[in-house]
Amino acid sequence: MTRGEIGLSGKKLAMERPSLWRPESHLSATVRDMPPSGIRKFFDIVVGMEGVISLGVGEPDFPTPWHIREACIYSLEGGHTSYTSNKGLPELREILAEAKKEDLKLEYDPEEEILITTGVSEAVDLAFRATLNPGDEVIVPQPCYVAYVPDIRLAGGVPRPVATRLSEEFKLRPEDFEGAISEKTKALVLSYPNNPTGAIMTREDLEEIADLVVENDLLVISDEVYEKLTYDGKHASFAQLEGMRERTVLLNGMSKSCAMTGWRIGYALGDPAIIGAMTKVHQYTMLCAPTMAQVAAVEALRRGDAEVKAMKREYDRRRRLFVSELKRLGLPCFEPKGAFYAFPSIEGTGLSSEEFAEELLKEQKVAAVPGNAFGDSGEGFIRCSYATSREEILEAVDRIERFLADLGT
Amino acid sequence: MRDLAKEILEVLEENARATPGEIATLLGRSEEEVAAEIKRLEGSGVIRKYMTMINWEKINDGYVYAIVELKVSLSRDKGYDAIAERISRFSEVQSVRLISGDHDISFTVRGRSMKDVAFFVTDKISTLEGVESTCTHFVLKSYKEHGVILYDRASPKRLVVTA
Repeated sequence: MTRGEIGLSGKKLAMERPSLWRPESHLSATVRDMPPSGIRKFFDIVVGMEGVISLGVGEPDFPTPWHIREACIYSLEGGHTSYTSNKGLPELREILAEAKKEDLKLEYDPEEEILITTGVSEAVDLAFRATLNPGDEVIVPQPCYVAYVPDIRLAGGVPRPVATRLSEEFKLRPEDFEGAISEKTKALVLSYPNNPTGAIMTREDLEEIADLVVENDLLVISDEVYEKLTYDGKHASFAQLEGMRERTVLLNGMSKSCAMTGWRIGYALGDPAIIGAMTKVHQYTMLCAPTMAQVAAVEALRRGDAEVKAMKREYDRRRRLFVSELKRLGLPCFEPKGAFYAFPSIEGTGLSSEEFAEELLKEQKVAAVPGNAFGDSGEGFIRCSYATSREEILEAVDRIERFLADLGT
Repeated sequence: MRDLAKEILEVLEENARATPGEIATLLGRSEEEVAAEIKRLEGSGVIRKYMTMINWEKINDGYVYAIVELKVSLSRDKGYDAIAERISRFSEVQSVRLISGDHDISFTVRGRSMKDVAFFVTDKISTLEGVESTCTHFVLKSYKEHGVILYDRASPKRLVVTA
């Protein structure tokens, strides 16, 4: 036997070990059974296509205002690269407390009632994980942002979707809400201004559901990340209602209002017991939100107001432009009151949401997101983001017009 | 609701070619209302002119630009306005401002050559009554004009579809 053969047989030996390894069997059942985001699926089709006009983007088209970027660069130059307190930079929490007092007339203690998170996404996850026991049910009005349902499942909870309807301006109505409540219901998710519908709930709308929240002893997890992009009146938070501040975990962040999506800064405000529990999970998983992004957030809150307002004015103009063009095309569309999405109905075309979005992309290279990605009740709609330039909006409308003409509807 | 005039001006400042109809759509007003307001703004001199923002350097216009700062001595019957208005009348002069600091008046001037500009300043400006001294700075390169960045920049790409 030569040395070479010894080497070979040694390798052979290893290969002859019975191979039972199937990575799939090592996955968590919850994750394995979780469908990928409908948005993700669509993203894979778009990749590699040239000349696509995108109405599919859930983020501002503006870069972060320069003074905010510059403040971050300056802090990096100064070497501020270590961890912050788990709760977040004290300065940021204090400034947030002031901002909420001014904007919503709500007072939160920066020490006990505010937690800075890595984007609102983390805050959503923390809120469910800190409050849900296995089998607890959470009511989720849909269509809504794609993360609530999977996040509830990951936390061991059971999502209970409630359909909101075009005829009700996609608001959560007490009768629909009541029908979904069971003995196991623990929490309600509110996300207004809403992605993908652009719906808002006024103070009066919120008052109508508050009694049910109290009667059934529910916690309200209120994702208000589009707060500053409210075009019709002033934003109302559930936490502002009499006696509801303690029952509400208010989630918000810098992403949409300050064009800071990539920075990943969100925050949670609420009762010390709940914020404390969320902070525990946060400290064992995230430790703290990125330091440099927190510094940028301080600058944004301190001096970003004029830009936030200017961007909002521009979104508002695009909203009017886009909605009036959709009307011209004959696509029924609820007039969005917040966020930066229009949610036209495409039912009249006879196509499903996915068919419509796929065909539109293939035929005319316009990317929009099928409404059913945001829950079953989104079927028959497509989500179009108008966070893109007016020129692109008009070009996209021309293409949609051609697409509809080719369909013969 | 913000002042309609301000809203219209903001749109027009960005795009002088925006029609009353287009502006009306953007602002959620009627076309007639917007057209009437524009007419009023034109009439009252708030809107002076509809211009095009041009990067002349791109087509080598051959012009030379300079920023000129002046020190001025005032007399009882001749204030800053009198001198500034006089300077403004020259077609070579593009903008005139009263400023704080070491100098009193700053203006920009356009000429065919450095010599052209220099002689304009010495012949026409320095000789004006009340002008004590001038300081001419030739412009080597413009980076931003009227709020518009003139140098080419790569814009970062967004993902095409996100939640």
